[in-house]
Amino acid sequence: MKKRYLIVLLVILSLVSLFIGVIDLNPKDLFQLTEDQKEILFISRFPRLISIIIAGMSMSICGLIMQQLSRNKFVSPTTAGTMDSARFGILVALMIFPAAGPIEKMVIAFAFALIGTFVFMKILDKVKFKDPIFIPLVGLMFGNIVSSITTFFAYKNDLIQNMSSWLQGNFALILQGRYEMLYISVPLVIFAYIYANKFTIAGMGEDFAKNLGMNHKRVVNVGLVIVAIITSVVILTVGMIPFLGLIIPNIVSIYRGDHLKNSLPHTALLGAVFVLVCDIVGRVIIFPYEIAIGVTVGVIGSGIFLYLIMRRSAYAS
Amino acid sequence: MVEVQDITKKYGNTAVVDQVSVSIPKGKITSFIGPNGAGKSTLLSIVSRLITKDSGEVRIDDQEISSVKSNALAKKIAILKQSNHLNVRLTVKELVSFGRFPYSQGRLTKEDRTFIKDAIDYMELNDMQDKYLDQLSGGQKQRAFIAMVIAQDTDYILLDEPLNNLDMKHSVQIMKVLRRLVDELGKTVVIVIHDVNFASVYSDYIVALKHGEIIHQGPKNDMIDRKVLRDVYDMDIQIQDIDQCKICLYFN
Repeated sequence: MKKRYLIVLLVILSLVSLFIGVIDLNPKDLFQLTEDQKEILFISRFPRLISIIIAGMSMSICGLIMQQLSRNKFVSPTTAGTMDSARFGILVALMIFPAAGPIEKMVIAFAFALIGTFVFMKILDKVKFKDPIFIPLVGLMFGNIVSSITTFFAYKNDLIQNMSSWLQGNFALILQGRYEMLYISVPLVIFAYIYANKFTIAGMGEDFAKNLGMNHKRVVNVGLVIVAIITSVVILTVGMIPFLGLIIPNIVSIYRGDHLKNSLPHTALLGAVFVLVCDIVGRVIIFPYEIAIGVTVGVIGSGIFLYLIMRRSAYAS
Repeated sequence: MVEVQDITKKYGNTAVVDQVSVSIPKGKITSFIGPNGAGKSTLLSIVSRLITKDSGEVRIDDQEISSVKSNALAKKIAILKQSNHLNVRLTVKELVSFGRFPYSQGRLTKEDRTFIKDAIDYMELNDMQDKYLDQLSGGQKQRAFIAMVIAQDTDYILLDEPLNNLDMKHSVQIMKVLRRLVDELGKTVVIVIHDVNFASVYSDYIVALKHGEIIHQGPKNDMIDRKVLRDVYDMDIQIQDIDQCKICLYFN
């Protein structure tokens, strides 16, 4: 797959996305927009499109970075407890600082996501049995433990409904004024690209990195901070998008290899395209109602994930 | 010259490397031999600063390694370990390019590209330079890693069991390459090796370790000796001269 095909696809799907919705808006209206249509476009459709693209790109890149740093193809924010930890952070913010604004919530979610991911990486270091399938299982278990703690406290404090809104990703709630925090991801994604060489070397292992005179620990820490910030920003604005960070980097790795300089732009583009497709499907299938993005990505994504595992084990034997 | 003085490394209460001193001659192949668990790999890792030592000194060209920046050291000494050999989807050329990281931090200059090309040529990897590592055989992969080390352009090259999992043909090929690195390019090569015959045929200097200590060291002709080998391996090994090579018969 060529990069320019992905770009063309992204542009086409973006246009399609702008003109799907309950309120009619046709491409030919563009030049004579009524007040209402203008409002729909700028308050709802554009913010939705932009948040889909940013969330799709940045979550896929998070997955890519985590897979590289943990040297395991099945590690991603969903399978390493990062998302669950961020959600726990949001709960803590709701409990202890009920008046916290979105930025405060983000900072607390970030702190928890970072700690959670660090704990997972520490567990990885300690685990002797480095089976590629075993590691994400450990991560899922760890995530579920964090998640059950979250549920427990949410029950105690009557915050269950509040919390479940962070559980399911949903672009329908994206309106102007409620998604701008996502822009924090953009410079981080650019930074990740500049750091691509170092992430790739770090992914070859600590000894390999040290031999080349690189500070392995620092690169890993930089990567985890990027992942934690992006994950918490996305959870707070869009909600959880499961599997995204898992499928996209794995597909790209198959045809672009593991050098981040080559695979990172493709991962970003494919991530955006994939989420756009899922979102459009979710909006069309029971029109005029919507299926949340978490569900469509989950269903389509877990299908692809299963295929990847089968392919992997066929490859191994 | 690499000078190791009174190095000790302990895990818990057991010393894996105990008060070891050795000087590794420049422009030679030095082999570390000894039974499993003798501390050979640990010593190699300490010399290349992958593992920190508890006490003692390692001086490379009269500089103590802990006082030199890691990046500067990466231009002087390179190490290849077994753990490097994972299945990543990197092309041979990308891997070899990593060897230039200490010089350019990933932004390759024209000079870097020349080094990379020369290293690939030297290891005869031209045909497969765009292939992914996970498509290569064990021997080809090992050659690609050595090409990376050549591109790294260090005076000292350390290899931890470079023949592990290689068949006879590829083992010989790798040892010949190491010999050429010393004879043609003037490198200093240090290897940890299990097959005492490869040590005997290809190295200049042999260091024998046992229980974390050096029990014998010397030029290979003194070391491939019935009495010395009995000390090292607790085996009675016959030695025969075949074509000016000392071959150890340890199979029965």
